[in-house]
Amino acid sequence: MKLTVPTMAQYMAEGKQPEILFWVGSAGSYDDRAKKITKAFVKLLNAANIDFAVLGTEESCTGDAAKRAGNEFLFQMQAVTNIEILNAYEIKKIVTACPHSFNTLKNEYPSLGGNYQVFHHTQYLQQLIKEGRLKITNKSFKGKRITFHDPCYLGRANDVYEAPRELLKELGIDVVEMKRHKRTALCCGAGGAQMFKEPEKGDKDVNVLRTEDALQTNPDIIATGCPYCNTMMTDGVKFKEKEAEIEVLDIAELLAQSSNL
Amino acid sequence: MNYLPNILFAIALVFGIGYFVRNVRKLIRNIKLGQDVDVSDNKSQRFKNMVNIALGQSKMVRRPIAGFLHVIVYVGFIIINIEVLEIIIDGLFNTHRFFSGIGDLYGVLIGSFEILAILVLVAVIVFWARRNVIKIKRFWNSEMTSWPKNDANYILYFEMVLMSLFLIMNATDASFQAMDSGNLISQYIAPWFSGMAESTLHLIERTAWWVHILGILVFLNYLYFSKHLHILLAFPNTYYASTKPKGQLDNLASVTKEVMLMMDPNADPFAVPDEDNDETLEKFGVSDVTDLNWTQLLSAYTCTECGRCTSSCPANLTGKKLSPRKIMMDTRDRLEEVGKNIDANKGEFKNDGKQLLGDYITKEELWACTTCNACVEECPVSISPLSIIMDMRRYLVMEESAAPVELNNMMTNIENNGAPWPYNQMDRLNWKDE
Repeated sequence: MKLTVPTMAQYMAEGKQPEILFWVGSAGSYDDRAKKITKAFVKLLNAANIDFAVLGTEESCTGDAAKRAGNEFLFQMQAVTNIEILNAYEIKKIVTACPHSFNTLKNEYPSLGGNYQVFHHTQYLQQLIKEGRLKITNKSFKGKRITFHDPCYLGRANDVYEAPRELLKELGIDVVEMKRHKRTALCCGAGGAQMFKEPEKGDKDVNVLRTEDALQTNPDIIATGCPYCNTMMTDGVKFKEKEAEIEVLDIAELLAQSSNL
Repeated sequence: MNYLPNILFAIALVFGIGYFVRNVRKLIRNIKLGQDVDVSDNKSQRFKNMVNIALGQSKMVRRPIAGFLHVIVYVGFIIINIEVLEIIIDGLFNTHRFFSGIGDLYGVLIGSFEILAILVLVAVIVFWARRNVIKIKRFWNSEMTSWPKNDANYILYFEMVLMSLFLIMNATDASFQAMDSGNLISQYIAPWFSGMAESTLHLIERTAWWVHILGILVFLNYLYFSKHLHILLAFPNTYYASTKPKGQLDNLASVTKEVMLMMDPNADPFAVPDEDNDETLEKFGVSDVTDLNWTQLLSAYTCTECGRCTSSCPANLTGKKLSPRKIMMDTRDRLEEVGKNIDANKGEFKNDGKQLLGDYITKEELWACTTCNACVEECPVSISPLSIIMDMRRYLVMEESAAPVELNNMMTNIENNGAPWPYNQMDRLNWKDE
């Protein structure tokens, strides 16, 4: 299926404004696993006929990882550059499939001059379903055991716990919760720039501990809503040699798959 | 008439309260060593947080067993203190059970104090057992040795003794027992003393009374040296805690100024800095306690070392050195050290060649944090160890360029390619056709 992915520059050339900007993020743009999530989300947007655009080559890292690594200069340089572009295009609404971008755009850009309505893709998809613009009829995941790993930057950081669970409910899935879930959910180990460095000395990797949490629910699928969590949990499942039985999927992928997109 | 006991009581009271006030002043002075921060926003939300979290104990009960026991001790502590008012009046004016004139209500009051006292006693014994018999893991982390461990037990012993004295005092008070109103618990203790002469009984009653009130004064003054300050500071700390989403990290204003200057096409890169308005010496991030803001210092004094943060920290759970509780304990220890230094040097801090970063908190701890906010979420009194960790990372990176090599690579990539990986920015949309 051919994806329709217009850029802001194209919209601008036609003198039009999209309904929403899809912020792809660095992982969603370059990471092979995350690109699949990006595409799944675009398929859903296309299926719902949403007037959206991406910045394409004009998009740059939000600066989250730099900020959390302590480099406030680099973060603010990134933020100010991005805000300049977003404001030039008069962006009002942004959706992103990355909780880190979500948190940064929503909470840390306003005081630097970037004020937008920002949604995580699970919130946006839930809204589309509620408005009847996206229809989920196929319940092919019914009967599967699915657990949901809360991304820290969606859950604790921004108190979004229900949107992803509501979407899973739409798919006819009863989430099997891990012992630590929602506000007590354990981190996957990638946040705070940990994704880009070796962990400090310890007796275990965080993603392995979190995968053990998930394995206790005896799942067929571990669902999540963050490209970094996805990588960490996928690695954890491989470490536990369970990759033949357990899939790690983004909520957008579950929705797209169930609709055979 | 013999006024000696009243005079002694008044002296004890003045000294007890006076020394406490002196230490509270020192406490406030130390907290004010922190940087200024604007906390004037969201007043009604802040007030609500204080009412719910500190007064209402809403976050304590998230762990039901400890939470329930804590509520008992907390309610007991507050309510039994009404009795202290009577003790003070009796002590100063040579009365005996001054409030007993109010009739039946007195029995109801003392009766409820007695029930609370026995409940507190039981709860405190369970607390002690959780630490010393069951040995719950979070009470045995590496930072919980020597003083922190003893401090916790001393507090429990204090409370056990104070509650016991209160009950013994009532049990040996012959006139109170004769009233047979409000002696709900002490009537069962009274028989233990039944064979004694009236004078002996009176002596025991007086001793219990004196040790009880002196114990309270000593305990009051113990607070400043103990983790137990949380009984007071939980209130301001929950009020001044951040009301923003937990994911929101502040944007350093000093950096914004420089970034805006860099981005301004009209800025003169060779301009001489304005001498009168020279803030170029501003330090980025935190290396010592005086670089932290005062609410962070307040929270260091507020921390009661319960360890809920550490027991939920992914780094700590996987054997890394980082413990959010230790971050708070180190901050307080260093602040105390700075405070003592100021006291010893006539109000001026004399450089001791030490700082929070390195001498107390190591880089290894700071770099192990995933910024997941579990510690912030868990803290029953709204402390954010994360904010201190982040401020110190900022110092490491912006002042010392001391980030781990992989992070430097990541940051170079962002600088050059606009992504944490070494990919060309022009390839950012390639995924659409792959």
